[in-house]
Amino acid sequence: MSLSSGPRPLPPGGFDRFAWFFMRISGLALLFLALGHLTVMHLVNSIDTVDYAFVAARYATPFWRTYDGLLLMLALLHGFNGLRVIAQDYLSGGKRLAVQWVAGFLCLALMMAGLYIVFTFQPEAAAALSAGDPGVLP
Amino acid sequence: MKKLLSEVNDIVRYRGGSGHWSYLLHRLTGLGVLLFLCVHIIDTALIGWGPELFNKVIAIYRHPFFRVSEIFLFGAVLYHSLNGVRITLIDLWPGATRRHRLWAHLTWGIFVVAMIPVVIIMLHHWKASHP
Repeated sequence: MSLSSGPRPLPPGGFDRFAWFFMRISGLALLFLALGHLTVMHLVNSIDTVDYAFVAARYATPFWRTYDGLLLMLALLHGFNGLRVIAQDYLSGGKRLAVQWVAGFLCLALMMAGLYIVFTFQPEAAAALSAGDPGVLP
Repeated sequence: MKKLLSEVNDIVRYRGGSGHWSYLLHRLTGLGVLLFLCVHIIDTALIGWGPELFNKVIAIYRHPFFRVSEIFLFGAVLYHSLNGVRITLIDLWPGATRRHRLWAHLTWGIFVVAMIPVVIIMLHHWKASHP
């Protein structure tokens, strides 16, 4: 039974020990990054104001691209490591291994796709391309 | 899966108090936020296909179901953050476990107080969207 009320003890060594520290440090960073993101996007702005033009204006300077890239990486690593820890508690053998591989693959795939879009997105080029006019592409 | 089912059974019957509920909420909010994070990365990545597709997909989030989900998402991130701070502080200062109930109740208190303006602002946005 894995019901416990205290915090998770510090693992003695290896990857689990590194992950234990990573969860706390990335968690602290995400406290500001994730709550900052939610405050800006859902309280200051709202889902009614968010659209293509909004994102294009937001990504005109590197600040929000860097912010989103950092949030994306830390959130994915923190979240999928959390899933790995839960798999360690409830699963064993092949099932645990399967969850860990799928989690690792999803984490990597989503990170590559996300970072690619965050750092290469060009509003005019993407709009022109979707309109069937590749002429303006560099 | 058998382990998971017995866990669900334990959750219903176990009377672990504040620590038990904090632990359970931390895992559930963590999994919930992770699920949305995956969906959110995909929906945002669609921006590379131009305004038509992106604006159409983003409009889905204006449905009442997602308006309510949005409040739950904010709550999940906020609770997970506050409880994460509580866990980290207890790790750094093991003597704090002597007042563990106080810290759990403090976390819930801060969460409830912080959620009041959040819910008001989000409902205000919702109301303002259809005059």
